[in-house]
Amino acid sequence: MPYDSVVPLLAVLVSLAAVPLILLTSKRPRLRESWTIGAALAKFVLVLSMLPAVLDGRVAVTRLGEVLPGIELTLRVDSLGMLFALVASTLWILTSVYSIGYVRDAHERKQTRYFASFAVCLSATIGIAFSANVITFITFYEVLTIATYPLVIHKETPEAIRAGRKYLAYTLSGGVALLAGAAWLYRVAGSLDFVPGGLLQDVDASTATMRGLFVLLIGGVGVKAAVMPLHAWLPAAMVAPTPVSALLHAVAVVKSGVFGVLRMAGFVFGPVVMADYGLALPLAVFAGFTILAASLLALAQDNLKRRLAYSTIGHLSYIVLAAALISPEAFAGGVLHIATHATMKITLFFAAGAIYAHAHRENISELDGIGRAMPWTMTAFAVGSIGLAGLPPVNGFESKWLIGVGAASSGHEPALVVLLISGVLNAAYLFPIVYRAFWRPSRQFAGLGEASPLMVVPLVATAALSVVFGMWPDGLVHLYDLAAAVARSVFGGAA
Amino acid sequence: MTDQLPLLIPVVLLTAALAAPLVGLLRHHWTYRLALVAVALDAGVAIWGLVEVVRNGEIRYELGGWAPPIGIEYVLDPLSAFFAAVIACVALIVMIGARRMVEVELPEKEVPYFAAVLLLLAGFQGIVVTGDLFNLYVFLEITALAGYALVAVGERPSPVAAFRYLLLGATGASFYLLGLWFVYNLTGSLNMADVAAILPAVWDNPALAIGLSLMVVGMGVKMALWPLHGWLPDAYTQAPSATSALIAPIGTKVGAYALIRILFFVFGAGLVRDRLPVADIVLWLSAIGIVYGSIMAIAQRELKRMLAYSSVAQVAYIGLGIGLANPAGLVGAVLHVVNHAFMKAALFMVAGNMRARLGHSDISRMDAEVRRRMPWTMAAFTVGALSMIGIPPTAGFFSKWYLASGSIDEGLWIMVVVILASSLLNAVYFFRVLERAYLRPPPEGGEPAPAGRTEARPVMLAPTLIFAVGIVLLGIFNAGIVTTVIDLIRPGGL
Amino acid sequence: MRDFLMGHYAYAASLGLVVVGLYAILVKRNLVKKLIGLNILQAAIILIWVAAASRPDATVPVLEGSGHGVEHAIDAADYLNPLPHTLMLTAIVVGVATTGVAFALLISIYRRYGTLDETELLNEMREAGG
Repeated sequence: MPYDSVVPLLAVLVSLAAVPLILLTSKRPRLRESWTIGAALAKFVLVLSMLPAVLDGRVAVTRLGEVLPGIELTLRVDSLGMLFALVASTLWILTSVYSIGYVRDAHERKQTRYFASFAVCLSATIGIAFSANVITFITFYEVLTIATYPLVIHKETPEAIRAGRKYLAYTLSGGVALLAGAAWLYRVAGSLDFVPGGLLQDVDASTATMRGLFVLLIGGVGVKAAVMPLHAWLPAAMVAPTPVSALLHAVAVVKSGVFGVLRMAGFVFGPVVMADYGLALPLAVFAGFTILAASLLALAQDNLKRRLAYSTIGHLSYIVLAAALISPEAFAGGVLHIATHATMKITLFFAAGAIYAHAHRENISELDGIGRAMPWTMTAFAVGSIGLAGLPPVNGFESKWLIGVGAASSGHEPALVVLLISGVLNAAYLFPIVYRAFWRPSRQFAGLGEASPLMVVPLVATAALSVVFGMWPDGLVHLYDLAAAVARSVFGGAA
Repeated sequence: MTDQLPLLIPVVLLTAALAAPLVGLLRHHWTYRLALVAVALDAGVAIWGLVEVVRNGEIRYELGGWAPPIGIEYVLDPLSAFFAAVIACVALIVMIGARRMVEVELPEKEVPYFAAVLLLLAGFQGIVVTGDLFNLYVFLEITALAGYALVAVGERPSPVAAFRYLLLGATGASFYLLGLWFVYNLTGSLNMADVAAILPAVWDNPALAIGLSLMVVGMGVKMALWPLHGWLPDAYTQAPSATSALIAPIGTKVGAYALIRILFFVFGAGLVRDRLPVADIVLWLSAIGIVYGSIMAIAQRELKRMLAYSSVAQVAYIGLGIGLANPAGLVGAVLHVVNHAFMKAALFMVAGNMRARLGHSDISRMDAEVRRRMPWTMAAFTVGALSMIGIPPTAGFFSKWYLASGSIDEGLWIMVVVILASSLLNAVYFFRVLERAYLRPPPEGGEPAPAGRTEARPVMLAPTLIFAVGIVLLGIFNAGIVTTVIDLIRPGGL
Repeated sequence: MRDFLMGHYAYAASLGLVVVGLYAILVKRNLVKKLIGLNILQAAIILIWVAAASRPDATVPVLEGSGHGVEHAIDAADYLNPLPHTLMLTAIVVGVATTGVAFALLISIYRRYGTLDETELLNEMREAGG
C-alpha cells in the first residue's frame, strides 16, 4: 500500500546538506568530520524508521514533480530499496569512522574534498535505492558517477588520473546506453515505472525490440556491476585510497550496478518476459564466465587490493547470475548477497587498508606473520574469507545457499557447478593469506602493534555483523525477510 | 498596448542603437548604460509578449497600418515569442559583465562597441518577429554587418576572421535572396503566412525545390550547419570575449529559428519532409556536423576555439531535431536552443573571466593555479561541462532525451548512436580542461599568486554564475517549459 | 533551346554572372578580388529580381500626370511590377553597406599584415600560432 511521505527525500538529502558544512569547516578537521558522522547517523535513522512500514507491506512514496512530460521524479521505498539503503547507510557510518582513522594514519591530503564527495555519493546511492522509475534511477546513477570521480583520482598521481579516465570512459558509456534504453523503453511501454514482475510483462513487442532494450539497459547498469567484459575499470580504480575502495567498490558503486541489474531483471523485464524472449541465458553465460574468470584472475594477483577487486567482480556476478536464473529462491539469494557480500568484502578491504596504513604493505607476499602483530585485523579477515567461500557460520553461506537452491530447483545445474567451483577458488585465493599471516612466522612485524582503533573497531564490527547475520539471517533488521519479500513481489506468488 | 509588443521588441533596440553614438558623444559611459537599459527593457517586453502569447494566442502587428500580404507584419506566436524572450534574457545577462570585458580587451572603444551590440541584438529580434520573408533578409544583413564589426575588433587576426565571416555570410544571404526570388515568383507574395497558404498549389513545380534549397543554404550559413560552418571557428576564437559571449549563444540560434520558420511554417512539413528530401539532408548534414564538431573540439589547444567547434556540434543537435521533423525532434531542437544558449554563454563567460584575470585562455597553459585563483568560475565551468556531456539533472541531458526519442520514433538508430557518441566525445574534451584546472600541479617556481582578489570581478562572475544556475534550473524544470511553451509551437503536419 | 535562351537572355546572363561571382569568391587569392566577386554575385541576383519584374510592353510604374484621385482605371498589366524594384533598392543599399564594412576590414588587415593575399595571410596567422 503506498503512502505519501517526505522521509525518503530527507534520507537522500541529509548527506547533501552536510556538504556545504563540510566545505565551510575544511580548516577544522574535528568539526568537519563530525558533520560526516552526524549525517551518516541521521541517514541511518531515517532509513531505519521506514523499515517497519516496508515489512508491513506499506510503501513510502515521495513525488518530486515532472521531470519530463508524463514522467515524474519519484522516490519509493520497497523491500529491495530498503535492503540496499540499509546496507549502504549502515556501512557508511562504519566507513566514515574508518576513513577518519585511515586518512590520519596515512596522511592523505585533500581530505575536505574526500569527505564532501563521499557525502554526495551516499546521497546518490540512497537516491538510487529509492528510485521508483528508470528516469529517477538514471539521474541518481549519473550523479553517482560524477561524485565518485574525485574519490577515484584522490591521490592525483598520474596513475590515479589514468584510472579516473578509465572509470569515466566506462561509466559514462554505460550512462549513455541507459539514456538510449530508457528513451526507447518509454516509447515501447509508455511508462518508466519499476513494476514488480516487470513493466514489460503486458507489453507486446518484437523479439528484436526486447533484445535491444535488454542489451542497452542491462549493459548500461552492467558496467558498474562489473560484468565482464565491462569490468576493466574496477581493478584500475583500486588506486584510490582504501576506504574509497571499501565503500564504493564494495558497496555503493558496484552494488548500485547489481541493484540496477536486479531492478531491470525483476521490475522492468520480469521473469516471464526474460523467459519468453530468451534473454536470461546470455546474461547467465556472461555472469558465469565472469565468476570463473574473475576468481582465477584473483589467484594471480599479488597486490592485496587487486586480489580483492577481482574477488568483488566475481561475487557481483553471483548476483547477476541469480537474476538470470529466473527462480524465486535464486532471486532472493541474489538480493541477500548484496548485503552479505557487502559486510564481508568491506571487512577485507578495511583490513587491507589497515595493513597499508599501519604496516605499509600492499602485497600478499609481504604479509608473512602479520597476524601476530595485528590479530584483530587478521581474524576479521579470516571471518570474511570464510564467508566469501560460502561457509557457515558467516552470512555468505546463506545467500550462496539460496542461489544454489534456486539454480538446482530451476534446472540450471551448470550454474550450481559454477557456484561450487567458485567457492573452492575463493578459498584458494583467500585462505592462504590467512595462513601466511598466522602460521608463517617472521620477524618483520615485531614491535608493530595493531592499527588505530578508528580502523580496527569498524572492521571488527563488520566481521561481527557477518557472523551475527550468518547465525540469525533475519536478525535485527530482517534482511532475510526483505529479500524474500522482493522475490515474492517479482515472481508474483509463485515462490 | 499588447498589440504593439511585436513591434516593440526590435524597435526598442533599434532606437537605442541610433541613440547610442549620440549619447556617447555627450558622455562616454552613458552608451553602455543606455545599452543595458535598452536590453533590460527588451527582455521585459519579450517576456511579457511570451506570457501574452501563451495565454491568449498570437499577436500580429501591421507596420504602418498596411494590411498583409501587401504590408509587412510582425508576428508573435509561440515560436517567435519564445525565441525573442530567450535572446533578450541571455543578452541581458551577458551585458551585465560585458562592460568589464570590453574595458579589459578594447579600452576606449566602448561607445561604438555597444552601439554595434544594440544593432546586433535589434537585428536578432527583427529576424525573430518578422512575418515577411524579405524583411527577414534585411534584418539578417543588419545583424550580420554588426556582427562583422564586433568580431573585427578582437585579436590581431580578427579582421581576417571577420572578413571571412563577411564573405561567407554575405554569400549565404545572397543565396537566400535568390531562393526568395523563386518563391516570390511562384506565389506572388512575401508574407510568410500568405506564402504558406499559396504554396501547396505549386508543390509540383521544380523551381520550388530550387528556391527552397537556396534559402536553406542561406540559413545554413547563418546557422553554421556543416559544411557551411567555416566562418565560425575563427570568428568565435578571435573575437573579443564580449562578442563571443553574445554571438555564440544567440547568433546561430536565429539561423535555426529562421530554418524552423521557413521549413515548417512556410513550406510545410508536407513538402520538406514528405515530398522533398530537404529534412533528410538537413538531418544527415547535422549528424556529420555533430561528429565533426566534437572531434575537432578534442584537437584544440585553446579554450575559445574548443568551444567554437563544440558550438558547431551543438547547433547541429538543433539541426538534427529539425531534420527529424517529428514532434519529439522539434521539442528537442527548440529546448536545446535555450539549453545551449545558457551553456555556451556560461562557458564563453568563463573564457572571458580567464582572459581578464589570467591573460589567456590557453588549455595547454592551464594548471591547478586556475582553480585556486578562480574557484567559482571553474565551478560554473564544471556545471556547463556536465550539462554538455549530458549528466542529469542538468539541461543537456534532457535535450538529448528528446532528440534520442525523436530518432527512435523514426527508427533512425544511427542518429541515436551519433547523439550518444558525441556525449562521450564531449566528455573527452571537457574533462581534459577539468583535469588540468583541478589536478595538474603548477610548475615549480611559478609566479606566486597575486595579492588580493584573484577571482573574476563580481560584475563578470555574476552573469557566469547566473548562467550556471540557470543550466541546472532549466534541466529540473524542463517539463514545465516543454508543456507550457514548446508544445504550443507545433506547426501543422507535426 | 536557342529560342528559349534568347527569350530569357537576361536570366542566362545573370546566372553567368552568379557563377563568375562565386568563382571569384572561392578561387581568387586576393581579398579585394574576392570582395569584387561578392559584389558581382549580389549584382547578378539583383538583376535577376529586376528582370523578373518586367512584363511585355510594360512601362515604368509611375503614374503620369494624374495628381490625386485618378479617375480612369489603371490596367496593372501596363506597368512593370514595382515591388521587386523597391526590394532591390534595399538590397543595393545592403550591398553598399557590406562593401563599406568589407573595405574597412581590408584596410585593417593591410595595416596589420601588409598583404591582402589569402595564402600569405594564412601562413602568417599559422606561424603566429593563430
